[in-house]
Amino acid sequence: MANTREVKEIAKRIKRDVIQLTSKNTGHPGGAIGAADIIAELYFNRLHHRPSHPDWEDRDRFVLSNGHICTALYSAMARSGYFPIEELWTFRKLNSRLQGHPSRIDLPGLETSAGPLGQGLSIANGMALAHRLRGSDAKIYCLVGDGEIQEGQVWESAMTAAHHHLDQIALIVSWNDIQIDGHVKDVMNIEPIAEKFKAFGWHTIEIDGNKVNEIKNAFDQFEQNTGAPTAIIAKTVIGKDVSFMEDEAIWHGKAPSAEEATRALEEIGTCSFGTDLITKEEY
Amino acid sequence: MTKAKSGRDGFGKALLELGEKNQNVVALCADLAESVRVEAFANKYPERYFQIGISEQDMIGTASGLALSNYIPFATTYAVFAAQRANEQIRLAACYNQANVKIAVSHAGLTCGEDGATHQALEDIASMRVMPEMTVIVPADENEAYEATKASVEWIGPIYLRLGRTPVPIVTNDTSPFQIGKARTLKNGTDVSIFACGIMVERALQAREQLASEGINASVINIHTIKPLDKETIINEVQHTDCVVTAEEHSIIGGLGGAISELLAEEHPVPVHKVGTQDTFGESASPEELLEKYGLTAAKIVTACKEALGQKEQNLKRVRS
Ligand SMILES: Cc1ncc(C[n+]2csc(CCOP(=O)(O)OP(=O)(O)O)c2C)c(N)n1
Repeated sequence: MANTREVKEIAKRIKRDVIQLTSKNTGHPGGAIGAADIIAELYFNRLHHRPSHPDWEDRDRFVLSNGHICTALYSAMARSGYFPIEELWTFRKLNSRLQGHPSRIDLPGLETSAGPLGQGLSIANGMALAHRLRGSDAKIYCLVGDGEIQEGQVWESAMTAAHHHLDQIALIVSWNDIQIDGHVKDVMNIEPIAEKFKAFGWHTIEIDGNKVNEIKNAFDQFEQNTGAPTAIIAKTVIGKDVSFMEDEAIWHGKAPSAEEATRALEEIGTCSFGTDLITKEEY
Repeated sequence: MTKAKSGRDGFGKALLELGEKNQNVVALCADLAESVRVEAFANKYPERYFQIGISEQDMIGTASGLALSNYIPFATTYAVFAAQRANEQIRLAACYNQANVKIAVSHAGLTCGEDGATHQALEDIASMRVMPEMTVIVPADENEAYEATKASVEWIGPIYLRLGRTPVPIVTNDTSPFQIGKARTLKNGTDVSIFACGIMVERALQAREQLASEGINASVINIHTIKPLDKETIINEVQHTDCVVTAEEHSIIGGLGGAISELLAEEHPVPVHKVGTQDTFGESASPEELLEKYGLTAAKIVTACKEALGQKEQNLKRVRS
């Protein structure tokens, strides 16, 4: 169990890993950095899981729907003991278990493959129905991007979760207002988000998704909610704490250069949890 | 040949029995419960039945989530709405996840009938067959649909079970036990091999009788599993006849005919003539009228056999000269 200060420190480690991995191996840094606080809280404080027994049937499940931000997930998994930290360097390389978008059959601990947007909540719903049939009260946390909820299937599955009263489900919307072609409100407005979920019969909670205490409170509240699934609308900042990345659509999927990575690591700051994948001099 | 029922009837009957036998069997439907014959299961096992509403993409994802949590879900709808509407969900959530999802679809092909072209999947075998991890089964009649449904629960991995709406005579009564991936030879022959699936198996048998009256000896093999294809049976068979006709209620592109052509082109090149729809949509009419209009008839199979035999002769002459 990790307190607010510890989770913040772990999130910093995840952000540093994301910068280093995407800088060297390509990938999508922005959304991953913005969701680091949420993922840190999940893997180091919230989930009942056993990294050495990823198939444990009664585990809580984390379903990453927006698969492109998988560097943050891989970092959290490695740092919590699912696989050796050095293996992070294989990300996006030939024969790696850490595919460019998550591949469930390759890496134990991944609950689903993902990448094609819009599918995660449907899969999470199926898992929730299975938990219920088995009489397990394990929780399912599903993370989606805000642009992602433009997909029709998200709303099909939102209806399904409410209709079947899947109160074990927390859907976290990482609302950074960025997608590939620009600001979400310019590309295809999705607001108001909370009102939409409310209208679909969901509990809703609105938070600053980069504030760990707010994330903790939201999950605490979710655990008390009954009768309907919970949507946590988490306002996040793409590239949070890296000044040149914040709120810039280009950083959705662009790898930082060596100089940019150095600057980013400086701005994120040193971290007392774990050690860097590589030292600054190696850039 | 006895009483006529449809493939979907055989599926519904088997599903109901499976519900009793196997507590892990669950079913999902997208607002077509009666039509895809899942209603009896839903009534008997309401806690293991999930109505998902008119949202097929969501249904495939939900079924995959259940499968990833060790249940054996049957996701049911019409062929077009699964294989075609939810194609990418089948690819990611079911196949790439290696999720143990059974996708049982009705109203495949022209015998869907009066609903018209919009509802007549004639391309679904092609789009399902091409997916890694996927198994594709096209039962010939009610019996075989029943057996295939039962067998699919013992098979680990995603399955596309293609069922018809319209009753057809039972043609698989007295053959070997059903096994996924093992073709069923219904009649032996020496001149030409007819490989058929689904409702075209019955028509292939009729064609064989017609051919016999003209002194041509055709074999009829029921290829109920399009993937994995029973290569051994097919190659062995073709080594005797060196001449092939395929028959399916599907486009001649990418389905049974496509699969067999691909195999034979590499392993044993011989003439392959295909009976199926000719790269076209269907239309509204009775099933029988449509099968006639689009050439899915015993007469068409007879003609195709004669053409294939003619080509075999020509090839032989070319070799001799
Ligand atoms: C079905 C589908 N369409 C398009 C894409 C390509 N794509 C990848 S990420 C992305 C934008 C996602 O935006 P958002 O969910 O807001 O994520 P963020 O930019 O915040 O990381 C798109 C369009 C995809 N992966 N899947």
